[in-house]
Amino acid sequence: MASKRFAAVDKTICVACGACEKACPLGAIKVHKGCFAKVSEDKCVGCGKCEKVCPANSIIMKGRENI
Amino acid sequence: MKTKKKHWYDYLWIWSIVYFALGFFNILFAWLGMIDFLLPIMLAVFGGNKFFCNHLCGRGQLYCKLGGDFKCSRNKPTPKWIASKWFRYGFLIFFLTMFGNIVFQTFLVASGAENLREAIKLFWTFRIPWGWTYSGSMFPDWAAQFSFGFYSLMLTSLLIGLIVMIFFKPRTWCAFCPMGTMTQAICKLRNRVK
Repeated sequence: MASKRFAAVDKTICVACGACEKACPLGAIKVHKGCFAKVSEDKCVGCGKCEKVCPANSIIMKGRENI
Repeated sequence: MKTKKKHWYDYLWIWSIVYFALGFFNILFAWLGMIDFLLPIMLAVFGGNKFFCNHLCGRGQLYCKLGGDFKCSRNKPTPKWIASKWFRYGFLIFFLTMFGNIVFQTFLVASGAENLREAIKLFWTFRIPWGWTYSGSMFPDWAAQFSFGFYSLMLTSLLIGLIVMIFFKPRTWCAFCPMGTMTQAICKLRNRVK
């Protein structure tokens, strides 16, 4: 079953540092071509670890719409 | 839960400490910092990625260790303006200007217009005598002048990073790191992302 929440990245403020990639226990978030972080929404369980480490405040947890 | 596989490059925070320690013994080691300067740019230009920031940056790992594992960070959100575009690019321009200044000083010493100054300058303001790390070498004086300048820049930015680490998040420095801003800009241009 999919989790209630997932991480959403604001691409316009992401600095592509990779802190989230290191923090993610599931490998669900990766820096895409050095531009911004990309979340695999089906892998993400919404734990919020990436949100906590993001130095640019570009990650927020969002609720999934239809579960 | 499965633990992530450790790579050799997960220990590069040691390199960061070694680099700054070496500068206390012989300033010419400061040249090694050029690796941290050129490698990210090469990876961005030729690879179109931020592999350096994401995996190889010893400084980022050091902040993670100190701020995360050793809890030396308040872990408060970075103020918005620090991660804003104008501040990031403004800081990049300031940083490059200061780097240009170092190159110019090096040129002045090379041409004989100025003498070698055996001191480092912290925060572009405070001059600290650093003469014990240099007493002549087989290299010309300008090589030492560049070392003193470059080491000052590296130490100053490390200290700024440590200060923002304590106040905000461990890797707040990454939000406005000039190398990070530059490599991200290169990647965006290369991959045509707005």
